[in-house]
Amino acid sequence: MALKKYFPIFVMPTLIAFLIAFAVPFVLGLYLSFTEFTTVVDAEWVGIENYLKAFSNDDFLNALWFTVKFTVVSVITINVIAFTLALILTKGLKGTNLFRTVFFMPNLIGGIVLGYIWQLIINGVLNFAGVTITYDPKYGFWGLVILMNWQLIGYMMVIYIAGIQNIPSDLQDASKVDGANRLQTLRNVTIPLVMPSITICLFLTITNSFKLFDQNLALTAGAPSKQTAMLALDIYNTFYSRIGWEGVGQAKAVIFFVIVAAISFVQLALTRKKEVEQ
Amino acid sequence: MNQKKKFSVRIFLYAVLICVSAAFLAPVFIVLLNSFKGRFFISEEPFSFPDSQTFAGIENYINGLEKTEFISAFGWSVFITVFSVAAIVVFTSMTAWYIVRVKNAFTKALYFIFVFSMIVPFQMVMFTMTKTAGELGLDTPWGIVIIYLGFGAGLAVFMFCGFLKSVPLEIEEAAMIDGCNPLQTFFMVVFPILRPTAITVAILNAMWIWNDYLLPYLLIGSEYRTIPIAVQYLRGGYGSVDMGALMAMLVLSIVPIVIFYLFCQKYIIKGIVAGAVKG
Repeated sequence: MALKKYFPIFVMPTLIAFLIAFAVPFVLGLYLSFTEFTTVVDAEWVGIENYLKAFSNDDFLNALWFTVKFTVVSVITINVIAFTLALILTKGLKGTNLFRTVFFMPNLIGGIVLGYIWQLIINGVLNFAGVTITYDPKYGFWGLVILMNWQLIGYMMVIYIAGIQNIPSDLQDASKVDGANRLQTLRNVTIPLVMPSITICLFLTITNSFKLFDQNLALTAGAPSKQTAMLALDIYNTFYSRIGWEGVGQAKAVIFFVIVAAISFVQLALTRKKEVEQ
Repeated sequence: MNQKKKFSVRIFLYAVLICVSAAFLAPVFIVLLNSFKGRFFISEEPFSFPDSQTFAGIENYINGLEKTEFISAFGWSVFITVFSVAAIVVFTSMTAWYIVRVKNAFTKALYFIFVFSMIVPFQMVMFTMTKTAGELGLDTPWGIVIIYLGFGAGLAVFMFCGFLKSVPLEIEEAAMIDGCNPLQTFFMVVFPILRPTAITVAILNAMWIWNDYLLPYLLIGSEYRTIPIAVQYLRGGYGSVDMGALMAMLVLSIVPIVIFYLFCQKYIIKGIVAGAVKG
């Protein structure tokens, strides 16, 4: 086929950009995680020392635990609320589109701006108790959970709505005729049939929560004393505000990558099994 | 009886929806209110309406625009988003077509690596990418377009390939027989068919790039500010945040997005759903 000769035009631009932005930095990053360096060219091999340092670093372990807790809580709350709203909005009520527009809107606002919006609101509420969000790490934690809910509920809801609308209506009618009540219909018809949407939403909320950075930076920047710093922010701090720890920062980044990749694989493998063939 | 029950259920559902809507709109409304208050009155009582004592007119807006150079930041955000999205849509669709139509070990490997890049978090390549791009002189608004093309390639190639697999060969072959070269065939025959996917790819990438903070901050932040960088810039040192200017800049960051959203809502929501289903 003549197309093959057109490789330089069709593939080269994307490939070169991809090599510069991703492939070369990725390989270089893997290598550098086993070295000590400050400017890339002065790298010296140190074996797994950076990884040992990372795992004995309190900031890192704290960030890891904080991130896991945050991800679990926000994934559950976001999906339960989003799914409930999707059920309500597929009942054929008037004004459904208007509500959908409103719920989806926060998803378009950037993380930095979201962080400052909620900093104002949460500090305003805490002001009645005479404190601010950086007074106690649990305020920062719940602040982030609320923010994440506000941002992602509309997004997930839209995906659930599409999933529910795809269910053939004769299936729901059939279960009604068979005498199933609402809860039984939900459990035995609706949920199994929207399993693909549930897979997607779980996947999106887990990875988005786990990789959160901008919102974390704007809302608390890790305060008080790094206790509300999530993994991405801790890696950033290790690179850019601790001299001589670049190698450890890169090792933390590799660990971060391995966790995110593992979540993606496990999660997809698990829920794909439960999907119903349509 | 049943009719009555249905009616009360409906009232209850509306009450729930209205309460949730209020929770979704209130934060933005509160920020808007505070943007008209004097800077020292904001942290103390953010939930009160501005009164004769606290009302500051558009002072915060003037202040904020000057401090952050917001107008130039808006310009750079538009520049970077438009060119990056255009580059991603054009180049990755071409690459995807090549991958799907030229089937060999190399294109298979290429596809696999593109897909793989989707699951790698930014922090993994943050430091090395910034250094590499800096070495190559890509720390400019034009350079960052190339970086975004590289970063956006994974998802975009994946989505275009997914769609192209279901496009029949016959139309393309007919065009080739009629004497079109591959470039003509692609832009005159294939690309128009790709339109729905192209819109989805454009929307997903526009949302990401417009709101992206860390990548432009690390790469060009010392010389060029985008909107998120301009907003974050106000934080400055501890305790020195000009709350008034911050509120005003938050409002100015949200307004263009909301306007854009209200006009293109249909495409945005469709694009998001399509993107999620394939991603």
